[in-house]
Amino acid sequence: MPELRATNNEQLEAVIGLEIHVQLSTRTKMFCGCALSFGDEPNVHTCPVCLAHPGVLPVTNEAAIRYALQIALALECEVAPRSIFHRKNYFYPDNPKAYQISQYDFPLATAGRLGEVRIHRVHLEEDAAKMIHLGESGRIHGSGESLVDFNRAGTPLVEIVSEPDIRSAAQAREWAQLLRTTVRQLGVSDVNMEEGSLRVDANVSVRPAGSEELGTKTELKNMNSFRFLERGIEAELERQRGLLESGGGVVQETLHFDPASGTLTPLRSKEEAHDYRYFPEPDLVPVAPSEEMLSEAREALPELPAARAGRYEEMGLAVETAQRLAADPGTGDYFEQTAAAASAEPRVVANWVTGELAAVLRQDGGEAGPADSRVSPEALARLIGLVAEKRISHGSGKQVLALLAAEGGDPEKLVEREGLAQISDSGELETVVAAAIEANPEAAEQVRSGNAKAAGVIVGAVMKETKGRADGGEVSRLIREQLG
Amino acid sequence: MSELLGLTVAEAAGRIREGALSAAEYGQAWREAAAGDRLNAYLWTAEGGEEGNGADGALAGVPIAVKDIFCTEGVPTTAASRILEGYRPPYTATAVRRLTGAGARVLGKTNMDEFAMGSSNENSAYGPVLNPWDTARVPGGSSGGSAAAVAAGLAPCAIGTDTGGSIRQPASLCGIVGLKPTYGAVSRYGMIAFASSLDQCGPLTRDVTDAALLLGVLEGRDPCDSTSVGLGEVRLPGREDLRGLRFAVPSGIGEEDGIEPGVRDVFEATLRRIEELGGEVDSAELTHAPHGISAYYVIAPAEASSNLARYDGVRYGMRVEAPEVIEMYEATRAAGFGAEVKRRIMLGTYALSSGYYEAYYGRAQRVRTKIAEDFAAAFEGFDFVVTPTSPSVAFGLGEKTGDPLAMYLNDYFTVPMSLAGIPAISIPAGLAEPPGGGARLPVGFQIAAPAFHESELLDAAYALEQSIGFEAKPPA
Repeated sequence: MPELRATNNEQLEAVIGLEIHVQLSTRTKMFCGCALSFGDEPNVHTCPVCLAHPGVLPVTNEAAIRYALQIALALECEVAPRSIFHRKNYFYPDNPKAYQISQYDFPLATAGRLGEVRIHRVHLEEDAAKMIHLGESGRIHGSGESLVDFNRAGTPLVEIVSEPDIRSAAQAREWAQLLRTTVRQLGVSDVNMEEGSLRVDANVSVRPAGSEELGTKTELKNMNSFRFLERGIEAELERQRGLLESGGGVVQETLHFDPASGTLTPLRSKEEAHDYRYFPEPDLVPVAPSEEMLSEAREALPELPAARAGRYEEMGLAVETAQRLAADPGTGDYFEQTAAAASAEPRVVANWVTGELAAVLRQDGGEAGPADSRVSPEALARLIGLVAEKRISHGSGKQVLALLAAEGGDPEKLVEREGLAQISDSGELETVVAAAIEANPEAAEQVRSGNAKAAGVIVGAVMKETKGRADGGEVSRLIREQLG
Repeated sequence: MSELLGLTVAEAAGRIREGALSAAEYGQAWREAAAGDRLNAYLWTAEGGEEGNGADGALAGVPIAVKDIFCTEGVPTTAASRILEGYRPPYTATAVRRLTGAGARVLGKTNMDEFAMGSSNENSAYGPVLNPWDTARVPGGSSGGSAAAVAAGLAPCAIGTDTGGSIRQPASLCGIVGLKPTYGAVSRYGMIAFASSLDQCGPLTRDVTDAALLLGVLEGRDPCDSTSVGLGEVRLPGREDLRGLRFAVPSGIGEEDGIEPGVRDVFEATLRRIEELGGEVDSAELTHAPHGISAYYVIAPAEASSNLARYDGVRYGMRVEAPEVIEMYEATRAAGFGAEVKRRIMLGTYALSSGYYEAYYGRAQRVRTKIAEDFAAAFEGFDFVVTPTSPSVAFGLGEKTGDPLAMYLNDYFTVPMSLAGIPAISIPAGLAEPPGGGARLPVGFQIAAPAFHESELLDAAYALEQSIGFEAKPPA
């Protein structure tokens, strides 16, 4: 395919779609009454149905349908009036019936969107058992013995398939995080990648920028953290670009990400060469959500990131800030509580939350968001008020914020304790400014000759002398006045 | 046969409820009878001792023979396959629980074609069942053990499963009553699956009343089976004539379906009897029914190929060890399944495989829909559709084992009702001489009704049964 040849990386655009499996946090499994579990002793949550004894029949968990409907609606999908289960047939010890009950050509929901990425489909299925391969490889081939834990077998899964709308590894990570936030907000899953309740596979290809055709894709599996997801895709994009640049081609295959080495290795073809022989599951009746189920799912939807971002924009926030706050509902709520308590504009409050406060918390090295910090929304609101009323300088405000984050408390008392009250006596400030001009004759001369930028040196000297307690605007005004 | 063993189930249960008959005594008599099984009808028989519970139930104290396809907790359940040799299920099928809940006791587990695949019982891994009328002949299948046990006086009644005729055809060949209820009437939970969209549990009994009695206990919506709906009340039959009822005979019957002359004679005599009882007989177009066998032998193996995939040696049943897991699967399944089961798994796997699905499975399902529509159209003008149950009387052991297609044609008249999901009953209608000569053998008459019309079906079958007065018994 000569049109796929390119001479440098910039010309090969990444085309990425994600396939996401979300384990639902229902009380029981998808098709039997066994409890869901994580980390329990092996094979204690099993019954004839999930062990696939002869003669057993599946019965669909209604709660799983309700949860899946919430996900579908949160992703703005069209819910099918009638969807059906199929059998996906393949032999593997983690698949006790030798078929997985899944959905095929009539999925629960289709044609949705989350952020800038379209959703292809959302469907329900059941999880496989967990296998432990004894021996060095950790894979079934070459292992002397393999053990199966059926606790996980039959756990309800929702599979979400995106359209290939993602254009970089970083975007893939960000979007997957947005999806996690969205699902977590619904309360229908723990969405924990390390524990496997959120699993993200990626379909990755490259093509000449601007091309409409899709290149040959590979499927990446086993990236069990957001960092690995980004690294895995990055590594695969690099590999594919390298292949095409050297005149080679990409082979469609499934690649397994090894977190230890950060490398991708192909799964053996034997493990993936399947004809799944899908056919409609005769043991189950179609899923036809009632109007009651749909309206209940709709009513249970919390405000989702997209709607929240829109509301923040209406409050006057910049688009980017609004989206950032909306993507993290905890921080969004914190912002709203602060804005409600503050006299300042929401836009100013938002900048404090996403700017100064985020920076202070990052410096502390903690993972905690504002909502978990020692800075209460009320305290931050008062602090922003002190700055807005020019009772303290912006610089002092940041100092107080750091103290609040470290020890909590009341901003006014901290200002008093640390002597950070802004110098309001203009006579005192005039004296300091005059001294600074005298100490910086070169800068003063440049300002006089029209170079306003040179005033920075004098401002800096004033701030140093006042320990940041001077109001920057007032200092500039005095400099202009004195050098007029 | 002692006086006790001569009672019908309805009579015996009535006497036990009244206290006129001891359940223990009755149960003991049947255990002794079952112990005399020389037909290989049973794969397992109960030691006994549990009588006395459910004394006021509809089946108080009634021993029942259960096809070995029903899971029974702690009791060997093999579906007559090597692959489940030694398997003891951890739970009991809903149908069996309903029976025991009504006072019945499991008398034994009956032999069958492996995984219910067969029409002669010669596909059992544990040897064929012999026909009590002539032990050189087959009892039919797949519920051959259940049918032979009831016919031979080894059990007062039995349950079996019918996927394409597996209750009706052996009932016909053994001279007893066999009923396949509407799909969904009886729970399939705990019934080892052959073809899930066709399998249905039903009774094999000496008479129509007992069939109704058992059906009334068996039927019911089961939360463990999403496809079960139940029937509501099943009336015990009492009708004595067929006035006002219209019976449809599929047009073209007897032309290319290989009906034996003796079977045809009994069938035609029965049609005349219907008219004598006041019923009307006319022919109806069931255009697609002749394609039933073809559609059935795509759909049933397709579902079976998936249903039987779980027998992989990993969790229970037989395992043949091998160094790699795939080889273990292959070795286990090669050793565990018989030839007919393997044949159908291969057929079904092929029919579902990528690129062939539409041409085989998809098309077969469309034929199935057409057959169901033909029946629905016929039932606009008729109350029942009638046919011979089987084109032949019991055939000789080994006679058809080399010719699977000839064997499959035994289900020619029973398969369409299975595909349509409608109820059908086979009642003994007379005796006929087999083609090669010899002692006369039973011939069954099949009556089919619209879905969920079991009470009407049983009423008509009862009226006909009373009129026919089939009294013949297999030689002792």
